[in-house]
Amino acid sequence: MQFHTRTMLTIVTEAGLENDLVELFEARRIRGWTIVEARGKGAHGEKHGNFDANHNIQIELIADAASAEALAETIQQRYGAHFALVQWLSEVRVLRAEKF
Amino acid sequence: MQIDPVVLFFLLGLAAGWAKSDLKLPSALYDTLSVFLLLAIGIKGGLELAKQPVLQILPQALLVLLMGFLIPLLIYPLLRWRLPQVDAASIAAHYGSVSVVTYAVGVAYLTRQGVSFESQTTLFLVLLEMPALIVGVVLARLGAARAAGEGDGTAVAGHGWGKLLHEVLLGKSMVLLLGGLAIGALAGPDGIKPLDRLYLDLFKPVLTLFLLEMGLVVAGKLGILRKQGFFLVGIGVGLPLALSWVGIGFGVLMGLSPGGVTMLGVLAASASYIAAPAAMRMAVPQANPALSLGAALGITFPFNLLVGIPLYHQFATAVTGG
Repeated sequence: MQFHTRTMLTIVTEAGLENDLVELFEARRIRGWTIVEARGKGAHGEKHGNFDANHNIQIELIADAASAEALAETIQQRYGAHFALVQWLSEVRVLRAEKF
Repeated sequence: MQIDPVVLFFLLGLAAGWAKSDLKLPSALYDTLSVFLLLAIGIKGGLELAKQPVLQILPQALLVLLMGFLIPLLIYPLLRWRLPQVDAASIAAHYGSVSVVTYAVGVAYLTRQGVSFESQTTLFLVLLEMPALIVGVVLARLGAARAAGEGDGTAVAGHGWGKLLHEVLLGKSMVLLLGGLAIGALAGPDGIKPLDRLYLDLFKPVLTLFLLEMGLVVAGKLGILRKQGFFLVGIGVGLPLALSWVGIGFGVLMGLSPGGVTMLGVLAASASYIAAPAAMRMAVPQANPALSLGAALGITFPFNLLVGIPLYHQFATAVTGG
């Protein structure tokens, strides 16, 4: 089977941003994403994940390199200053390239 | 003074969290319990409310709304003395809005003391949640707009009004409280019979589990006290004490019973730590959430539980002479 190279964008941020981000993904015609609850520690302190106001989420999505980079830049500009936000891009190899 | 047993559960959670016990309630349980509490409070209020003529409650409801708008405007200038505009606005919103659990513990306290109070206090709880959030956002945005006029014009951030109203009006707590009120009012005492074991009898036992979790959460916030120090403690204790008198004043003005005046004092003194942090985070992201949540949840919530509620009851009794 043939593997194709695509870019995965991983976002760790505050759960409150979920709806906004999903709206942005829709607008950018991203075709799929996965969101999970996250716990951990970072510059904004420890996130226990056991309290409404203190939830973190981790989002993963796969797109072509240009879309993923543009998306990450938009998110950084919009939310980077005031929200807990970490993003990274990685190269991944996928089957069924037409899905992404 | 005897401590109400429900408060002991809070202290247990606080102590366990402090001692770094591995005790932790699953977050799904916390969510479930909060759904239950909100529905139960709504239903209880709805049952009583159905007995009251609407026209008699309307002027009281308007006064309560007025109080909701007034409280953040009163405390904002005080907070501005030491804090940046966005933080002062955010804290004003937290203290203007209300805490459902503090209200629930107030209900438990008065019930245990055998003191009756007006059923429309549940409606007051619902009405008080939102006005302060609106005032808080306006105060923060006014400042941000002014700063933007001088600066590069990018200082205004956060959600627009439509989205914000949608978030607050259709937030979990509003939907469940109002929904519970409607169900209680429609069903009436007979209709609710098959459900009253769960929603009425189990209210206090479930509240204890919720308070155990709150103790753990508050213990996690105590670190902020070390960082922010006396100023935050001053806010967290001073504001509820002062604001309880605003509530008591409005209660007397409305001609409520001593129990009702106490409950309005409790509502005015309580600070929101669920609805307000979520709304302010989205509407005023520049504000430091650790500051407002630290004061509301870390100091004011335990203060009201342990000292405030019995104290406001004494205030109210003294003022009303009852």
